[in-house]
Amino acid sequence: MEHLVGILNYIVFFAITAGTYSILSLGLNIQWGNTGLFNIGIAGFYALGAYTSALLCGLPPSAWEGRTFGGFQLPFIVGLLGAAIVSGVVAMLVGAPTLRLRTDYLAIATIGIAETIRLILTNESWLTNGVWGFQQIPSPLYKTIHAATSAYLKGHPNLPVWLHDLISKSYDWFYLVLVLVVLFILYLIMERLVRSPWGRVIRAIREDEDATSMLGKNTFSFKMQALVLGAMIMGIGGSMYAHYARFISPVSFKPLYGTFIVWVMLILGGSGNNKGAILGGFTVWGIWAGTDFLTKYLPFTSTQSASLRVILIAVLLEVILLWRQQGLLPPKKHLFSQK
Amino acid sequence: MLVVDNLTKSFGGLRAVDRCSFSVGAETITGLIGPNGAGKTTVFNLLTGFYRPDEGKVLLQDKDITGLPPYRIFQQGMARTFQIPREFKEMTVMENLMLAPTEQSGERLFDPFLRPLRVRQQERSIANRAVEVLDFLGLQRLRNELARNLSGGQKKLLELAKTMMIKPKIVMLDEPGAGVNRTLLKRIVESIERLRDEEKTTFLLIEHDMDFVMRLCNPVIVMSEGKKLAEGEPGEVQRNKEVLEAYLGGQYVAVDG
Ligand SMILES: Nc1ncnc2c1ncn2[C@@H]1O[C@H](COP(=O)(O)OP(=O)(O)O)[C@@H](O)[C@H]1O
Ligand SMILES: [Mg+2]
Repeated sequence: MEHLVGILNYIVFFAITAGTYSILSLGLNIQWGNTGLFNIGIAGFYALGAYTSALLCGLPPSAWEGRTFGGFQLPFIVGLLGAAIVSGVVAMLVGAPTLRLRTDYLAIATIGIAETIRLILTNESWLTNGVWGFQQIPSPLYKTIHAATSAYLKGHPNLPVWLHDLISKSYDWFYLVLVLVVLFILYLIMERLVRSPWGRVIRAIREDEDATSMLGKNTFSFKMQALVLGAMIMGIGGSMYAHYARFISPVSFKPLYGTFIVWVMLILGGSGNNKGAILGGFTVWGIWAGTDFLTKYLPFTSTQSASLRVILIAVLLEVILLWRQQGLLPPKKHLFSQK
Repeated sequence: MLVVDNLTKSFGGLRAVDRCSFSVGAETITGLIGPNGAGKTTVFNLLTGFYRPDEGKVLLQDKDITGLPPYRIFQQGMARTFQIPREFKEMTVMENLMLAPTEQSGERLFDPFLRPLRVRQQERSIANRAVEVLDFLGLQRLRNELARNLSGGQKKLLELAKTMMIKPKIVMLDEPGAGVNRTLLKRIVESIERLRDEEKTTFLLIEHDMDFVMRLCNPVIVMSEGKKLAEGEPGEVQRNKEVLEAYLGGQYVAVDG
């Protein structure tokens, strides 16, 4: 029984991370899956969201920290919205000069901004505490839930071990629900948008931008909206990550974890399909976590097994795409068909 | 209706359109013909804002529209089709049409959430209009077909259908008859005439099929090497010596199909 609870607790931890990644994948789906915007700097928007939320909600800098700014101890919801806004504004600045140009310029600009952001996070210690990372980011309602849990456990000292283990993780359960609620709300918003006339225009842009502008659509404006919206969602993902991890540092936002995996999730799940984006998030994170177990039991050094995981993921992507070209859930057709 | 004045466009050293001037009268079906490479498609691209002219002016109903971006020109009531149809392949025929109307409430990011009723109402009326257009062109059976599955001729009709969604002032058709079978061609010709008569739409069309031009267009403008060479009634133009030379000078035989 204890064993089972251990696994269950691991699943909760797993699902929180997978849910957070699914938020990123949903953001990429509006950009790439529907509009065809090639954003390879997801990690940048993700990091911006995380650090913005940490600065807004975190504690003031302590004496031993290099940081001299921020920590306004604002409520979680303010951090979440702030994360969305900052990521969105930066996306606008990236999009303004590049969205009128050929598509590859956006790709270059996004990867450039992501690396720039990571450099700033590493070097501007007054703001971010540099490589030491931003510490002690408060989790929403943590104190309340923790206090209630401790009180309950104290009041019932004779609980079986497994139940004790389960209850002591009640905060994780709460956070899982929070992630899933945020994910679900974002999913509903995206679904409504994709099915609306707005969604029709961005899907037309993905297919043929010139023909869309010849039909009277200001394609620049639509692309900007999609880019900003996707980046805002990625910012929200960053905020959700920061408040669960409670500690963030520039290493968390390297291209492999911040960008590459999200792309694999979307492509494998089904680019252009919101459900696919989420399914991809959970599937790929499942495989990623699974290969972690696997490679641990193989006689490799940790760097070797880290590379092996990337290779495994790539092979798996290949296999799935051979079997289903458009991913697990292909984009929906006939969205507006009527009899 | 449409006045083109001294339009010029070069690609590198090549003057694809060279001080070209002409005008298109309201409610005419004006033909634009000329040997391959004469600059006809480039003129269309200049008129619709796809290219910026190096020089010259375009006036639509006395309004200067030179250099406006394509979407603004479309919103002014000037629609075009492409020589090679550019349908949205992964969308249904209905969706292709429903994309065309401008100023849709549901195209504003927040309206689907804040004004769902209005968006739905508009969608319904746009859908009704699309059905009307499809009926008009005899495409009703293809409503829910993905555009990629249409035949070449049906795609040409779909292009025309898209322009009809906005009741445009002027429609510019780039080789509407090319590669279309006789039955569909007849339907295209009839539709264009009916639109001119019933909706008072003006047409400017590029065509190689002389039969088609003779039957449908009046007047006809002839272009050669980026310039207007001649203009007049179709029969007149066909007998014009300069025109014949221009065609014979190229690899073209004058009155072929
Ligand atoms: N985008 C472009 N870049 C370079 N040259 C072009 C371009 N578009 C057209 N041209 C050239 O301009 C000339 C006129 O072409 P076009 O307008 O397509 O002729 P038409 O439609 O009368 O056959 C041709 O010589 C063509 O090669
Ligand atoms: Mg041409």
